[in-house]
Amino acid sequence: MIEHLPILQVLVPLLGAPLCIIVRNPRMVGLFALSISTITFLVSCSLLQQVLQNGTIVYELGGWAAPWGIEYRIDYLNSYLLLLVSAMSAIVLVASQSSISRELPRNRHMLFYTAYLLCLTGLLGILCTGDAFNVFVFLEISSLSSYTLIALGNDRRALTAAYQYLIMGTIGATFIIIGVGLMYMMTGTLNMYDLAQRLPEVHNSKTVLSAIGFFIVGVCLKLALFPLHLWLPNAYAFAPSIATAFLAATSTKVAVYVLIRFIFSVVGPEFVDTVLPLQEIFVVLGVSGIFATSISAIYQLNIKRLFAYSSVAQIGYMILALAIGTPLGLTATLIHLFNHALMKAALFLAIGGVVYRVGSAQLSHFAGLGRQMPWTMAAIVAGGLSLIGVPLTVGFVSKWYLVLALLEKGWWPLTILVLISSLLALIYVWRIVEWVYFSSPRIVLDEVKDPPLSQLVPIYILVVANFYFGIDTSLTVGISKKAAEMLFGGVF
Amino acid sequence: MMSSETMLLLTILVPLAAVIGIVGARRYPNLREAVSLTAALVLIYLTYNLYRLTESGVNVSWEGLQILPGLALFFNIEPLGQLFSLIGSFLWLITTVYSIGYMRGHQEENQTRFYLCFAIAISSVMGIAYAGNLFTLFIFYEILTLSTYPLVTHAGTEKAKLGGRVYLGILLTTSILFLLLAIIGTWYTAGTVDFRAGGVFDQSQKFAAAVLLPLYIFGIGKAAIMPFHRWLPAAMVAPTPVSALLHAVAVVKAGVFSVLKVCTYIFGFDLLGQLPTTEFLLYLAGASVIIASLVAMKQDNLKARLAYSTVSQLSYITVGALLANGAGALGGAMHIGMHAFGKITLFFCAGAIMVASHKTEISDMHGLGRRMPVTMAAFFIGSLSIIGLPPGGGTWSKWYLMIATIEADKLILMAVLMASSLLNIAYLLPIPIKGFLYPDPDAQGADKKIREAPLPSLIALSLTALGCIVLFVYPQPLYELATHFLEAAGLHGR
Repeated sequence: MIEHLPILQVLVPLLGAPLCIIVRNPRMVGLFALSISTITFLVSCSLLQQVLQNGTIVYELGGWAAPWGIEYRIDYLNSYLLLLVSAMSAIVLVASQSSISRELPRNRHMLFYTAYLLCLTGLLGILCTGDAFNVFVFLEISSLSSYTLIALGNDRRALTAAYQYLIMGTIGATFIIIGVGLMYMMTGTLNMYDLAQRLPEVHNSKTVLSAIGFFIVGVCLKLALFPLHLWLPNAYAFAPSIATAFLAATSTKVAVYVLIRFIFSVVGPEFVDTVLPLQEIFVVLGVSGIFATSISAIYQLNIKRLFAYSSVAQIGYMILALAIGTPLGLTATLIHLFNHALMKAALFLAIGGVVYRVGSAQLSHFAGLGRQMPWTMAAIVAGGLSLIGVPLTVGFVSKWYLVLALLEKGWWPLTILVLISSLLALIYVWRIVEWVYFSSPRIVLDEVKDPPLSQLVPIYILVVANFYFGIDTSLTVGISKKAAEMLFGGVF
Repeated sequence: MMSSETMLLLTILVPLAAVIGIVGARRYPNLREAVSLTAALVLIYLTYNLYRLTESGVNVSWEGLQILPGLALFFNIEPLGQLFSLIGSFLWLITTVYSIGYMRGHQEENQTRFYLCFAIAISSVMGIAYAGNLFTLFIFYEILTLSTYPLVTHAGTEKAKLGGRVYLGILLTTSILFLLLAIIGTWYTAGTVDFRAGGVFDQSQKFAAAVLLPLYIFGIGKAAIMPFHRWLPAAMVAPTPVSALLHAVAVVKAGVFSVLKVCTYIFGFDLLGQLPTTEFLLYLAGASVIIASLVAMKQDNLKARLAYSTVSQLSYITVGALLANGAGALGGAMHIGMHAFGKITLFFCAGAIMVASHKTEISDMHGLGRRMPVTMAAFFIGSLSIIGLPPGGGTWSKWYLMIATIEADKLILMAVLMASSLLNIAYLLPIPIKGFLYPDPDAQGADKKIREAPLPSLIALSLTALGCIVLFVYPQPLYELATHFLEAAGLHGR
């Protein structure tokens, strides 16, 4: 049993998804999805523990040895992200029952949970697999199901948002498959480990060069790197709150993982540097993305959109840290991946709580909620402080490592730009704080109060996690460091 | 008897524990205030015992919670921190007494939130005072900023919101943009952020140190050096007890305290004296002293005038630290205590006037001394101490600061300090003088009766005024702590 955990990680939610249709009952289906997600969480915990004890786990699907069969490889990098994704999924699902019942008609609940579990399957599959084509397959599974999740939003604009995402996402996926296809053409293999061995022989060919180009652009579309982020704000704004919380915490993180995996484990960072000015591109796009989207966030009137823009800005930080090209920089990226998921999951769940009571995420509807929903608003303030990077929150740890990595590289001007940009976060977070605490309520209704415990508890699990991992960083920093050393050591 | 480490941690935990008590007793105001008072008393007991211990030569420190590899929460008591914590805990007690009179007399709302944030702020002050490395100091520095924000915006009005915006904007901006960068830069350059006697940099790191110094001085926005001083006048929208304890003592002193610590324990006076940027910052601080005094002259709102006066007095301490000699550090350290007692008295008086006669503008205060003799007398004593005239404690600290300018051969700065003292006379003394000597324009018949502020407030402001005089007659404890600070920092002689 224990040696089959890598495949169970993907198989459990994959089988659980269609079963949701059979369960059908709106109440039961939520519990069912939660238990499926909890099992995947336990599996990922066990996998992480194994990796920390014994190193990389190699699992051959169906007993077929690579490169003929598909191989799953679990190492420091993906076991860490598996834990993150499965944990976020389970926590978000705890809150889903009540939130969904307010936002979706009853007959769509099972559809929602089916799509949700499929999306989870896709994300976990991308993380587990060691096969380039398999990455594409799982990416499509997760993307298609997330289009569905977004389209389920009760605002009719959710449909156009989903459609926009569908178009952009499909372009991205097509680019990725072109990249994978070209690499297969040159090397005759799809196994990442094998690709890493064989690509150096054909380094000089233009085909490989274009393969790398297509792949990277495709992934950057998926991870919403500025200026390829245009699909994201609407998608996050109009999706059901639970879907937003889940996607914001996981999907872009997994796309960043694909990028890291591809650059470090398949192509090799030195080679990428020789053929593509990737460092310059990432620095410019990262920094301009941070500023452009943070400034956009300041002007948003809808809080979900506001934090969606903020998410794009945070991706800019991760890409900038990645572009530094040192183990410390990569460590900073990996730490921020984890930390940002904690912040955004907490924030979007708390906003979900507001939507549950008030029915809207417009900034003006937050007026005076500080008195009416004290716990929810305190959670938003806590998440916001973490986003700004106040000490003792996870945001501070992220910032510390990013700045340290930039200083180590000697990039003083960028250091200052990064610090300035974190003040933009202060502005958009404080705009909310002022609405919440200094304006008088729009409507004084008795039913406007904190959401039920089933939502408050997961919100506060995440808020506490924001502080806990800001004080005890041994898990995040420890594994990120190991993963970065491993990737720079060229071991896969 | 508990161990010294436990006591050290309790100084931070007791005010936090008070938060729970305050929230628990929110429906019973008397019990709620009793919780605050008890916590303050316990805190004084703790800081005093720690003072006794460290004076007898025991080294008290605690390290734990490794937050980042190599960077842990680290507390280490040294004389300057001892001085700061003693003043902070003692004045917390007095201010709580004062608040009871003020907040009830003024019928303020949300009093529970007020006492709660106050306790958190005091806890972070203790954290700053005992911080053994910059990392710990930074954490508590930011908590202090955030916990005082709800106090500044207590009124919840549009004006409070704007004031809070400036307050948080400047304090967080400077600390994130400059201070954090300076700390990470120090960590990267020197490999440590611990406070060490003689500093952490060696001669080869002179260039980096020269760059880091202005980052520290501007980054510690709480020291309110110009042009980053605007938050202090903005914070005056807060209820008066907040202005008194936090914006005359705790928050601003946390700023200059950090400046002093950074100058002595991170740079060391040997290095500080050689850096090319020191000179520039010194004159900037000097300019701050004089400009803020000039601006104070023009303020008619009493609290605004006091705020600018604070900006000016804080820069005295920054000047003392940057002069990089023993007398400067001595004067700076003593001025932390002297100015604290002087300024808190003045703010208490301002609040008392507001509660008893609803006056905030100085031009309306003619003849007020007849109706509020105790308050005005206390104001007079506090003013003397701020100016640096006997019998006010400020005489001593200003004396050493003057000597320091001579020792460093900076006669211009000496002239600046003297001119500013003259300005202090011009903007502070007319208030009590006109209060006592001018006729009261709206006193008619029955209104001539003495109408002072509520008794708790009156007791508090009398005590601090008395403190100003005691510190003149008997400044030994303060002086000794300041000299021990010099020894600990490795600066023997004067």
